[in-house]
Amino acid sequence: MKRRKFIGLLAGAGACLAASPAAAGGTHHFEGYPDSHGVLFDSTKCIGCRKCEAACNKVNEMPAQPVPFDDLTVLESKRRTHHDTFTVVNKYDVDGKPVFRKIQCNHCLEPACASACFVGAFVKDKTGAVSYDAKKCVGCRYCMVACPFEIPTYEYHDPVTPRVRKCTMCQSRIEEGRLPGCVEDCPKGALIFGKREDLLDIARERIRKHPDMYIDHIYGEREMGGTSWLYISGASFESIGMREDLGVTPAPDLTSGALSVVPAVVGLWPMFLTGAYALTKRKEKIFEEEQAHAVKDAVAEAEAKASKKLKTAMDKAERDKQAAIDREVKKALKDAEAARKKAESAPADEQ
Amino acid sequence: MSHHTTTPKSFWTPANIITAVILVVGIALTVKRFTMGIGSVTNLSDDNPWGIWIGFDLLCGVALAAGGYTTSAAVYLFGMKKYHSAVRPAITTAFLGYAFVVFALLYDLGRYYRLPYPLTIYPGPTSFLFEVGLCVALYLTVLAIEFSPAVWEALRWKKIRHLAHSLTLLLTIFGVILSTLHQSSLGGLYMIAPSKLHPLWYSPYLALFFFVSSIPAGLSMVIFEGGLSHKFLHHKMDEAHIAQAPEVTLGFAKAASVVLFAYFNLKWIGVALGNSWSHLFTGWGAWFLVEVIGFVLVPCLMYAMAAREKNGKLAFWASIVTVAGIVLNRLNVSLVAFNWQLPAEARYIPSLEEIMITVFIVTLEITVLRFCLSKLPILHEHPEFKGAH
Ligand code: SF4
Ligand code: SF4
Repeated sequence: MKRRKFIGLLAGAGACLAASPAAAGGTHHFEGYPDSHGVLFDSTKCIGCRKCEAACNKVNEMPAQPVPFDDLTVLESKRRTHHDTFTVVNKYDVDGKPVFRKIQCNHCLEPACASACFVGAFVKDKTGAVSYDAKKCVGCRYCMVACPFEIPTYEYHDPVTPRVRKCTMCQSRIEEGRLPGCVEDCPKGALIFGKREDLLDIARERIRKHPDMYIDHIYGEREMGGTSWLYISGASFESIGMREDLGVTPAPDLTSGALSVVPAVVGLWPMFLTGAYALTKRKEKIFEEEQAHAVKDAVAEAEAKASKKLKTAMDKAERDKQAAIDREVKKALKDAEAARKKAESAPADEQ
Repeated sequence: MSHHTTTPKSFWTPANIITAVILVVGIALTVKRFTMGIGSVTNLSDDNPWGIWIGFDLLCGVALAAGGYTTSAAVYLFGMKKYHSAVRPAITTAFLGYAFVVFALLYDLGRYYRLPYPLTIYPGPTSFLFEVGLCVALYLTVLAIEFSPAVWEALRWKKIRHLAHSLTLLLTIFGVILSTLHQSSLGGLYMIAPSKLHPLWYSPYLALFFFVSSIPAGLSMVIFEGGLSHKFLHHKMDEAHIAQAPEVTLGFAKAASVVLFAYFNLKWIGVALGNSWSHLFTGWGAWFLVEVIGFVLVPCLMYAMAAREKNGKLAFWASIVTVAGIVLNRLNVSLVAFNWQLPAEARYIPSLEEIMITVFIVTLEITVLRFCLSKLPILHEHPEFKGAH
C-alpha cells in the first residue's frame, strides 16, 4: 500500500517531465511565434562607431563605462557581453580590411537558456524577445552553461540578489511600439528591426541583388533551430567570430530524448527491482526449505544413530550384567562344591 | 570518549590541529562569500559559470556517494546477505555525502535561499537540473531515514527504530530508482552544450556514462573506506564486520571489474557514434586515453586479478585508482574538456580561496563522518539490537 503510494508519487514526477514540451521528442518543429519580431544586422554597413553600445547603456540605465563610447581604441581587443554591457561591437581583420560585428542575445526561437533553467525564469515571448525574470532565478547559472552563443552574464559580486543579465531586445519598448535602443541610434542602418519573416525576405533580397557583396548565408535563420536576430555579412561568419559548427538542432531537442527515458525508468525500475527481490526471496525460501529438509533428515539420522547406539549400549550392559550374574552363580556353585568336598573329607579323618 | 584517560593535551594531535586550521580558514572564507559575493572568492566568469564547486563538490560528491544505493541494492534486493555488514557504513557515507553536496551547493547558488523554488513554486521540468534537484532532494530524505536507525539505536528509541527499519525494502527500491535518475542526470546536464564540450567527452550517451560509472564508483568507495576503517577503526568493529570484510571486498571487486569493463566498452561506442576518431591523435586524445585506459581499463584488470587471486590489498589499490578515475572523468567533463575552444586566457583555473572552501567542506564532512563512526553503531551492532537487521 505504502510502496505503491511512494512509487505513484515518483511516477507523477516522471510524467511531469514527460509531458513537458522539451521531453515531447523531436516530432514537432517550432518555427517561432507568428509575427514575432527580430533584428537584422548587416556587417557590410556597420562602421564600428559604438553608438548602439551607448544607446543600450542609456536605455537600460546602466552605470557609466570606464572607457567612453566615443573612444574606439577598445575595438582593438576582443570583448564580450558583461553584466553592465548587454551588447558590444568587435572589430575583425578580414583580408586586411576591418569588419565589425555586434554581439548581444540572439533571442533564439527555442532558447537553450530557457530549456536549461530549472525554474523557468526564461521565456520566449510572442514579441520575439527572450525575457528573464529575476524573481524566479535561483542563481545556478546553468543558463550560462547552456547558451551556445555565450551571452548570459552574472552579477558575481552581489552577495544577496545577483541577477543574470542579458539583452532584453527592449521588450518593453517594442510593446510600446518603439524601436530597440540600438536600432534607433544606429547611424548607418546596419540594424533593421521588423517581423522576422520580413527580415528574412530583406536579407534574401540583398544577397540576391549583391552576390558579390554577401556570402550566401543568413546566420540565425536555422542555427540552433533559428534565432530572432539575423546576420548577413560579406566575410565568412567564422572570420568574424561566429561559430559555424553549432548545427540546426534546437537546444531542447538535445536533451529531450534522454529526459524522455525518465518515465520509463520510473515505470520499469520498480517492477524490475521488486522482481529481483521476489526472485531473491524465492531462492532464499527454496534454500531455506531445502535446508530445513536437510536438517530434518540429519536429525532423523542422528536420532536413529543415537537410538541404535543406545540399544547396543543397553544390550551390552544387559550382556555384561548377565555375564556378571553367571559369573557370580558359577562362583557360588564352585564355592559350594568346594565346601561340600571339604565337609565330606573332614568326617572321614575323624573316623 | 573516556574522561579519565584523555588529557586535554592529547586532543591536539597533528591531524586535529590541521583540521582546526582548515575549519577556521573555511569559516572566514564562508563569511567572505556570503557578504561579498561569489566573485570575491572564486575565479568564475561569464565564460566559466561553473567551477570546482560544481565539478568537484557536486559531480564527484554524488558519484562517490553511490556506495549507498549499490550496497543496499546488493544486500536487500539481490540477496547478498553476506555483505550485510557493509550496508550501514555505506549508507552513512552516502547520507553525509549528499548532505554535504547540498551544503556545498549553497555556496555556489547565487540565491541559495531559493533552493526549494524548482521543487515548489516554479518547476522547470525541461531541465536536467530540475531532475537532479528533485531526485537529490528525495534521495537525501530516503538516505536520512535509512541512516536513522543507527541514531535511534544509540538513543534506544526502539519503536521509531523499528518503524524506520520496517521501511528498508521500500526505501531501497526507491533509492535505486532515484539514484539511477540523478546519477545519469548529472551527465545529462552537459548534453545541452555540444558546442562547448570536447567531442571526445560529449556524447548523446553522457547520461548513461554517468550512471554506469557511478556503480564502480560506489563499489570502490565501499572497498576503499572498508580498507581505511580496517586500518584506523579496527577497535570499533565487531566480529561480524571484521569477518565479513574480506568477502565484501572481493565480492565488490568482482562486480566493479565487470561494470568497469562494460563502461570501458561504452566509452568506445561513444567515440564511434560521435565519429571522433580523428581527435584521438591530438593532445586531447592523449588525455582521453589516459582517462579511459589508465583509469578505467587498468583498475578493471586490477580488480579482476584481485578477485581471482583473493588479494584484498590489490582490490584496495584498485579502488583508489577507480575513485581517482571517476574524479578525473567528472573534472574532465565539467572543467578540463569544457570550453576547450576558448583561448587560454579565458579558461578557468580555480582560485586558492575557492579550493580552500572545497577543502573546508570535505574536512567538515570527514570530521562528521569520523564522529558518526565512533559514536554510533555503524561498524558494530548495538548490543541491544543484535541480529535485528
Ligand atoms: S542567445 Fe543565449 S541567452 Fe539569448 S536566447 Fe539564445 S540561448 Fe538564450
Ligand atoms: S541562473 Fe537563474 S535563470 Fe539561469 S538557469 Fe539558473 S535559475 Fe534559471
